[in-house]
Amino acid sequence: MKGSRLRAALTPYVLILPGGLWLAIFFVVPMIVMLSLSLHSGNITDGFVFTWNWRSYLDGIANYHDQMIRSIGYGLAATIITIVVGFPVAYWIAFHGGRRKNMYLLLLLMPFLVSFVLRTISWQFFLADDGILLGPLKRIGLLPDDFHILATGTAVVLGLAYNFLPFMVLPIYVALERIDPRLLEAAADLYAGRLQTFLRVVLPLSLPGVFAGVLMTFVPACSDYVNASILGGASNTMIGNVIQNQYLVAQDYPVAAALSFTLMAVLLLGIFLYARALGSEEVLEVTVR
Amino acid sequence: MTEIQVGRAAAGPAAVGRPPDRPEVPAIELEGVVKDFVSRGEVVRAVKGVSFSIAEGEFFSLLGPSGCGKTTTMRMIAGFEEPTSGRIRLHGVDVTDVPPNRRDVNMVFQSYALFPHMNVWENVAFGLKRKKVPEPEIRRRVGEMLEIVGLTGREKSRPRELSGGQQQRVALARALVNRPRALLLDEPLGALDLKLRQQMQLELKRIQREVGITFVYVTHDQSEALTMSDRIAVMNDGAVEQLADPREIYERPATAFVASFIGTSNLLSGQISAISGDVATVRLGDRGRVLLNGGGHRLGESVQITVRPEKIRILPGEPEGDVSAVPGVVSEVVYLGTYNSYAVTLDGGAEVTVFEQNAHDSTGTAERGDSVWLSWQPHHSYAIGSASSR
Ligand SMILES: Nc1ncnc2c1ncn2[C@@H]1O[C@H](COP(=O)(O)OP(=O)(O)O)[C@@H](O)[C@H]1O
Ligand SMILES: [Mg+2]
Repeated sequence: MKGSRLRAALTPYVLILPGGLWLAIFFVVPMIVMLSLSLHSGNITDGFVFTWNWRSYLDGIANYHDQMIRSIGYGLAATIITIVVGFPVAYWIAFHGGRRKNMYLLLLLMPFLVSFVLRTISWQFFLADDGILLGPLKRIGLLPDDFHILATGTAVVLGLAYNFLPFMVLPIYVALERIDPRLLEAAADLYAGRLQTFLRVVLPLSLPGVFAGVLMTFVPACSDYVNASILGGASNTMIGNVIQNQYLVAQDYPVAAALSFTLMAVLLLGIFLYARALGSEEVLEVTVR
Repeated sequence: MTEIQVGRAAAGPAAVGRPPDRPEVPAIELEGVVKDFVSRGEVVRAVKGVSFSIAEGEFFSLLGPSGCGKTTTMRMIAGFEEPTSGRIRLHGVDVTDVPPNRRDVNMVFQSYALFPHMNVWENVAFGLKRKKVPEPEIRRRVGEMLEIVGLTGREKSRPRELSGGQQQRVALARALVNRPRALLLDEPLGALDLKLRQQMQLELKRIQREVGITFVYVTHDQSEALTMSDRIAVMNDGAVEQLADPREIYERPATAFVASFIGTSNLLSGQISAISGDVATVRLGDRGRVLLNGGGHRLGESVQITVRPEKIRILPGEPEGDVSAVPGVVSEVVYLGTYNSYAVTLDGGAEVTVFEQNAHDSTGTAERGDSVWLSWQPHHSYAIGSASSR
């Protein structure tokens, strides 16, 4: 009697064990290691010791707040571009793809079978000062000779938008694909034209997809360093470059860890505000219909 | 609930319904409407030249088995499908090429198609907002309509928080609140369980009387169509087989298909062997005779006769007089509560179903294996497709 009650009480904990272990090993433990590292002091030659050294945070923010703000800005710009470009693509595939929907999705994902770095390097060629895009435009006089995109913030944002586009298109596509076509007919039946049907029915029902897409694009875009180092110049470095540099070049692990944590806190705060503004309840409610 | 609301409507039906402005013009007219679908390179003719007209305020049903083209016909009236040929007129105006959002009809979808991200109020107000009806009027009309369908107090609920029957009412209210010229309902009760369905049948009928709007009702359930409709178009394989009121459809099926699709029906075939005055006689086997009314028959003509199970009486011996008399052996007796159902095998091998009310005591007139005579009045024999008896 008593044993079975105990077993019943333990069952939920046993059930969450696999997931819990997974989370502990791959998420909680590294986080704790990082957190403790960010509170160490010392240097690479003499070794680091744990001293509750909060200075790394203050130093990190004081020295690198420009890069932090720039990262958020670039991430935002890239996210907005992926929405503007990705939504129509997802819409078209979902509603006009017919029986070839899966083929179009595959085509969309095809370039992403190539490594992230290679793809970004190919943008270097594409955006080069005399490359296939700018060269002809300069020759016919549409652009001045000294015009360039590489090594500017624009190049970094374009690269980010390109690299994270599928992460926006796929969730939006899934949300649109799930819309019952009869809802569109019902809207038409109730006197809504195409624009009203889109604004009142399609758009609200696609918001969960946009919401997911924004998370999946904005977060990695803000912490990316590949695009900035390949497509950007010295004045376009992002916080990811700084962290990478602190770890691998300066080897100041506490500052690197502190910057990582600061970035995470900023992103979490941003996501929280965003979810609040969008009304996450609304969004989630539609998702679980 | 019903009483109160009928009373309210009687006080001001004009507030909800739209009086027919020109009653002589049919609400809906279909003229030679054909619809072809191309699927996998093959042309499928779903609707094969359908014509009918529906009067203002009529409760009109399209009845037929699954796949006979009911939904396609209705979707062409709503404007979701364009006819391959033929014309569709609403109140005398040709709307064949008018898109659905500019047709003055509304549809209740089988799956309801309620907007999941809007609450009940927003769903019902959707059409009025698109038509830019002033806000105070929207508030009044939506409130009124929710009262009619019995959903007052649920304005803030999301569709998925409602039961099937309640969702059904929202769908109805969302369409009716626009005071359309006609309401199109595609198997609206199909998803409900039997009890709720019967309750909603009565309610739909009440609401239709209350608002006075033309209803076009699609169903494959013959009893539903017979209960609710003013007139029924029985469809089979893309064509209308018979268009008449429920009694006529039931008593005088125009084709063998209608006879077998509507209720239980017995089909007997034979040749006219004698005509005396107004009554023709068909010989059935050695001893049987079927009498039927109506001139216009020729001696020797082959006829198919239907007779409804509840019109037949079971007798122990051969009946006298001007009635049909057919011998057979009882092969099955099924007790069905208010009546018994008998299966009687005739000499020729044909089987006839007979219903007998359990009016007196519990024992029926016959048991399995009994030799009996079946008898019915001449006017209960109906020769299928014969113009004379229609
Ligand atoms: N969009 C379509 N494409 C191809 N065939 C269709 C389409 N819609 C209906 N059909 C065909 O037309 C016929 C009639 O269908 P429908 O009107 O839905 O019948 P019902 O509503 O009476 O069950 C069916 O054979 C169906 O397969
Ligand atoms: Mg159908």
